[in-house]
Amino acid sequence: MFPTPVERRSTAIQAGYKALLPFALILWLLPLLMVALFSIKPDADFTQGNLWGLPSTFAGFENYTRVFTDSAMPRYLLNSIFITVPTVIGAVALSCMTGFALGVYRFRGNIWIFFMFVAGNFVPFQILMVPVRDLTVNMGLYDTRMGLVLFHIAFQTGFCTLFMRNFIRALPRELIEAARVEGVSEIRIFWYVVLPLMRPAIAALSVLIFTFIWNDYFWAVVLTQGVESQPVTAGITAFNSQFRAAYHMMSAGSIIAALPPVMMFFLMQKHFIAGLTLGAVK
Amino acid sequence: MAAPIITESTPPPARGYWRSNQMKLAPWLFLAPGIVFFAVYVIFPIFQSFHISLYRWDGLGEARYIGMQNYERLFDDPAFYTSLWNNVRWLLLYLLAIPGGLFIALFLNQQVRGIRLYKSLFFFPFVISQVVVGLVFAWFYNPSIGLLNPILGLFGAGPVNILGNPNTVTYGIIAAGLWPQVAYCMILYLTGLNAVDPEQVEAARLDGAKGWRMLWYVILPQLRPATFIAVVVTVIGALRSFDMVSVMTSGGPFGSSRVLAYYMFEVSLSEYGFRMGYGAAIAVILFLIMLVYIAFFLWRMWREERGV
Repeated sequence: MFPTPVERRSTAIQAGYKALLPFALILWLLPLLMVALFSIKPDADFTQGNLWGLPSTFAGFENYTRVFTDSAMPRYLLNSIFITVPTVIGAVALSCMTGFALGVYRFRGNIWIFFMFVAGNFVPFQILMVPVRDLTVNMGLYDTRMGLVLFHIAFQTGFCTLFMRNFIRALPRELIEAARVEGVSEIRIFWYVVLPLMRPAIAALSVLIFTFIWNDYFWAVVLTQGVESQPVTAGITAFNSQFRAAYHMMSAGSIIAALPPVMMFFLMQKHFIAGLTLGAVK
Repeated sequence: MAAPIITESTPPPARGYWRSNQMKLAPWLFLAPGIVFFAVYVIFPIFQSFHISLYRWDGLGEARYIGMQNYERLFDDPAFYTSLWNNVRWLLLYLLAIPGGLFIALFLNQQVRGIRLYKSLFFFPFVISQVVVGLVFAWFYNPSIGLLNPILGLFGAGPVNILGNPNTVTYGIIAAGLWPQVAYCMILYLTGLNAVDPEQVEAARLDGAKGWRMLWYVILPQLRPATFIAVVVTVIGALRSFDMVSVMTSGGPFGSSRVLAYYMFEVSLSEYGFRMGYGAAIAVILFLIMLVYIAFFLWRMWREERGV
């Protein structure tokens, strides 16, 4: 292992390392800890200048409850779920198929279609903005969750195809060949042979795409406008202008908005990191 | 379970055709939905944007063809140069996420109790939406409520108003952007370090290599795949910087923190009226910059594919 494991060093270094860890973590998360502290303070602490001390009274429960009762936050969260979940299902379904096609078959143009997906996935959003907005308006889907979902599915298919295709390439080909010799049709090979083997990739991609889409802000402001359809990333702006300068409320709101992907990450850590670091190791 | 069984009811000619040609047809069948979606929403719009950039268009009325005039105006537009220059700063400074991530990964690559939790906690800023990261840092920098100035005060520095000063605002936003990006690079390197060949490390140790020399000559070469991905995602991330600028400053003060991605949005959809053609021209420039990296990435992939 590199660097040298601390167990092999002197006890002083070991103790020093273990003491340094929590200190470094606090330093690293300092801005976030500040906001977390704000979110459990009562309003009075801000007017009395008690900014970074302990809260005079614990107001966390009250603040977080108000986020749900006094604002449109529940609606935004619901919108986020109704945008994110269908996108995950759609993009993963489409890319299972494209990944299978590009990973298993050798045909003319295979690599070029693959490159098209990869290149499209890196494109700056702005080059798509005007036409996609126009298209969405013309389809009557502007300011609807469906409009966002359709675009997200299409765009994420690029990254998902890259991911799935590379995953399928690494599967043992003998399985597919054996099934073909048995006379199994290609569609059934996909469904019964390859798809069950893709479960880890599907899990990893689902968690990743969930996070990407939940955190999307640009398309949310380009394709939606109001409380009826905006996800929480865009809604937080409206929330903040409702609670202008009420830092305890804005802090609680931001933490609520950030929480679902964080929970997803801690619950599905293994899959998340497997997805994110695909290709980081040969 | 209802299996899609091809029964006798399937007309024999069709079955025969499918049977004999399925190896040729199947890939296109599987590709069709994905390609249609991708073409309509990604590939085709790229060309449309090029087209729109030659028009004067408010998004509603008649578009008027004006040739290269949008681009000519762009080159006389000081806001465009500010944005472009800020993009350069983003690109260069954002790359600090790579050594930063490596540094933290090396720090955390131990096996003491609870280290897994530390790794997760160091990583999780990456999972938070950039909007929230932007807000958190904006409040952290805020001269009246933020923790930054009291901390600077401990060292006898400050007070500063980072986001209120045109000379420092972009650096402040980049620092906020680096926070999740460093976490991302860290996780790439932790995974890479995990796969470093222990025998090589031990052999190098026996030969007396340690510290920097070990890192440079033995470890980093083995981390190359991780470094490559880190560079790609960091460059793309730097050029995509929109959320933070929008949330933290809306491009201000006096437009000094605009980047191309944000300026394009501002021009096309702001309260000053919709200038879609001009916006499209900015997008085209941004796209052409990105194209250099896309081409590099594809070229590398192509080389690898041929090697397989």
